Amino acid sequence: MSLSFEIVVAGGGPAGIAAAIVAAESGKRVAIVDDNPRLGGQIWRGGLTPSGETKEWHKRLEACASLITHLPGVRIVDHPAPRTLVAEAADGVAFTIEYGKLILATGAREGFLPFPGWTLPNVMGAGALQAMVKSGLSVEGKRVVVAGTGPLLMAVAAYLRHAGAKVLMVCEQASLGRLARFGMTLARDRDKLLQTLRYGRETISIPFRTSCWPVAASGAEKLTGITLRQRRRQWQLACDYLACGFHLVPNTELASLLGCRLQDGFVAVDETQSTSVPDVYCAGEATGIGGVELSLLEGQIAGLAAAGRHDQSRTHFRARSRAQGFASTLAQTFALRSELRSIPTPETIVCRCEDVPLRDLLQHTSWRSAKLHTRCGMGPCQGRICGAATHFLFGWNQDSVRPPVFPARVSTLAHFTHKLRDNDFEAKETQ
Amino acid sequence: MTQRYDAVVIGAGIVGAACARECAQAGMRTAIIEQGTIGGGATAAGMGHIVVMDDSPAQLALTRYSQLLWSDLASQLPPSAEYETCGTLWVAADEEEMAEVLRKQELYRSAGVPVEVLDQAQLREAEPNLRPGLAGALLIQSDAVLYPSAAALHLLNQAIEQGADLCAGAHVLHCGNGSLQLSDGTTFAADRIINAAGALAGALTPGLQIRKRKGHLVITDRYPGFVRHQLVELGYLKSAHSVSGDSVAFNVQPRKTGQILIGSSRQYDEESPGIESRILTAMLDRVGQYMPGIAELSAIRSWTGFRAATPDKLPLIGPDERDPTLFLATGHEGLGITTSLATARLLADHFRGAAPAIPLDPYLPSRFAAEAAHA
Ligand SMILES: Cc1cc2nc3c(=O)[nH]c(=O)nc-3n(C[C@H](O)[C@H](O)[C@H](O)COP(=O)(O)OP(=O)(O)OC[C@H]3O[C@@H](n4cnc5c(N)ncnc54)[C@H](O)[C@@H]3O)c2cc1C
Ligand SMILES: Cc1cc2nc3c(=O)[nH]c(=O)nc-3n(C[C@H](O)[C@H](O)[C@H](O)COP(=O)(O)OP(=O)(O)OC[C@H]3O[C@@H](n4cnc5c(N)ncnc54)[C@H](O)[C@@H]3O)c2cc1C
Repeated sequence: MSLSFEIVVAGGGPAGIAAAIVAAESGKRVAIVDDNPRLGGQIWRGGLTPSGETKEWHKRLEACASLITHLPGVRIVDHPAPRTLVAEAADGVAFTIEYGKLILATGAREGFLPFPGWTLPNVMGAGALQAMVKSGLSVEGKRVVVAGTGPLLMAVAAYLRHAGAKVLMVCEQASLGRLARFGMTLARDRDKLLQTLRYGRETISIPFRTSCWPVAASGAEKLTGITLRQRRRQWQLACDYLACGFHLVPNTELASLLGCRLQDGFVAVDETQSTSVPDVYCAGEATGIGGVELSLLEGQIAGLAAAGRHDQSRTHFRARSRAQGFASTLAQTFALRSELRSIPTPETIVCRCEDVPLRDLLQHTSWRSAKLHTRCGMGPCQGRICGAATHFLFGWNQDSVRPPVFPARVSTLAHFTHKLRDNDFEAKETQ
Repeated sequence: MTQRYDAVVIGAGIVGAACARECAQAGMRTAIIEQGTIGGGATAAGMGHIVVMDDSPAQLALTRYSQLLWSDLASQLPPSAEYETCGTLWVAADEEEMAEVLRKQELYRSAGVPVEVLDQAQLREAEPNLRPGLAGALLIQSDAVLYPSAAALHLLNQAIEQGADLCAGAHVLHCGNGSLQLSDGTTFAADRIINAAGALAGALTPGLQIRKRKGHLVITDRYPGFVRHQLVELGYLKSAHSVSGDSVAFNVQPRKTGQILIGSSRQYDEESPGIESRILTAMLDRVGQYMPGIAELSAIRSWTGFRAATPDKLPLIGPDERDPTLFLATGHEGLGITTSLATARLLADHFRGAAPAIPLDPYLPSRFAAEAAHA
């Protein structure tokens, strides 16, 4: 099977939704490809609804729905030829998608840091636990500690509490001083302040500790307790779940495969959200961690630019630079403190796909050397977790991305029968 | 300041590492220079099949000798080298290829390699995931697989234990007439320079008859037991060795991790390291013809590598006639993991003036010089 669209949007989070909608409103035939069953990405997991914060986007989407094809549960796994993607559906069926313009809105994932015991069952990503509860896991009466860094922690704590969990504590590694400065910036932004206050009311009775982080998780078969540290004090706390997240890591793999230039770990874009590859745009968290508002603005700019409506895309530039200010405040506020580099012990597993302990990595001076000789990053996640961790621990940068971007069936990799050399692909490219 | 050595090896791929180890063990003051990651060149791309091959008597002699050296070393290898004597099954699709099985059987036997012929039913039992109806196979029990980069690192560590110096992160700019210049400004003086720079050897020693031959590989997630032996189609000989044009062959390998490594492809004159869908698709289609169930398995990564190919498919081992201080250890094409140990031993024997276990002549670089002179 082969599909073809004027504009293809990879990722159905806020950035992708906004991009697709403005492009469709401009009369373009658009596809949104996303690996989740519903639109919404990380934050609007349940999909768009006619009421609440997604109200406006829901309405606009309905209005131009005839021009938008949503391909749910579909992963883009390869880029075998110019303007061509190979995708795999949840049932394993592979197909190609051809595009005139491509907008990458692949978002971000949670960051993890290794510490003793972090691979025990019931130690989870904060967002991951939230997602599991959303899809039916009961945390009723369970003792949960939320730890790590970033604005997500409070949101997750509020959500879990609402779902019946006993949230014992939220531990934020950032210092109170930094958070206070962050709060000042928020205060200038009414919407953000309201959002935070809303979390605030729901989380008011949850102890919130700053300059505090987990140093170990313990338990025989699953988690039974954790050791926390705050400045020089260290203590233990019994709990059933540890929801842990160390801010967000951009999903840049597809961009890398396409050959887009990265800068400081994010996809580099110009003012129209164009990447270094012609006709490929990028919007949302993959270009910088800036929250939903910035993602929506970038998505609109990219969507309008891809649809050729440059004048209109300019109208969002000012709002975008304001939102980018928030992004840089975020980055400063939640930058990981160097003490976190010393929480893993030599025995701590860093690469959980391949069970590689820290000890084995210490002899190496680059990601490639460590990978080749210890298998770190060679497993199914291809360094999605340990790559960010070793970047923080050792300053290593991951090597090249190769197909498939996500694990895919062997038959999917073989799916694309190349027409190069005897058809018009090459010709099209050079024109 | 110039550092002085008896032997300087250029390149810490599996061949260079093996050479440094032999030189150091022979008591030579040895250095090894690597510009990148240890075992990060073709060695990192290779399948790591330790295989006896019979393209020519000289190839059979070298691969068999080296395979025995590997099995002697096996017990000392670290677990990371993932050494496993899983054996090779040369799969015959039809009766015509079965005739090839019998021919091969004779040849291997005469070289002292234990072999066993499997008929259709025995093959099915040995490898249930092969498609039914294949005619049979030749089993070479002593063939093995290993993880090449870790094996190279182990050989290098042994060299270092024996006193060899590693000079890492430096690129050799020039070498010859007993001296080497490095990109970091260092110079080395050496009685013997060993060019083991793999497919890049020609950049340092011009005029070598080496062409790059690109290969693609795909690795799956873990499926222990899905494949039990290294499986190679017998058409491999025909298709893989067609000198012009690109070729693919069914070649799958069980890794100790339970993963399956899928090959293989061969292309001349392709310099870009990128994955080419045209080749990947052809290769995976070929694999699917032999092992249909593999299509359903989850692939996690693909990559490419460059073999250093010579016109007669034999490596270049020994002195370069133009420079009495220069020695070559390259041109191993698709067999350098296998033949690294024999290459190093033959060179060390040459340096020591010891009688080699097999004649060195077929691998001497001078064979091409002589050919050129005759032409
Ligand atoms: C766990 C979590 C919780 C968050 N909670 C909050 C919150 O409470 N408040 C807040 O302001 N912000 C929150 N954020 C941040 C918020 O999600 C982002 O600011 C915003 O969603 C970014 O939008 P986006 O479109 O860039 O990316 P995303 O929403 O991440 O969407 C990207 C989508 O692309 C898909 N995708 C990626 N690669 C491929 C591929 N190759 N093929 C197909 N699909 C692909 C992903 O699965 C995902 O659905 C959270 C982020 C995370 C990770
Ligand atoms: C797809 C594929 C599959 C294969 N499968 C098998 C198999 O199953 N069995 C088998 O036996 N063989 C196999 N091979 C072949 C095998 O991988 C090679 O023959 C072998 O790795 C060659 O080793 P080497 O040390 O000569 O080269 P390399 O590993 O390439 O090492 C050369 C080293 O020299 C360094 N270098 C180069 N120039 C300089 C310089 N100027 N200064 C400093 N350093 C320099 C490089 O950085 C490199 O590390 C395969 C090869 C490929 C591509």
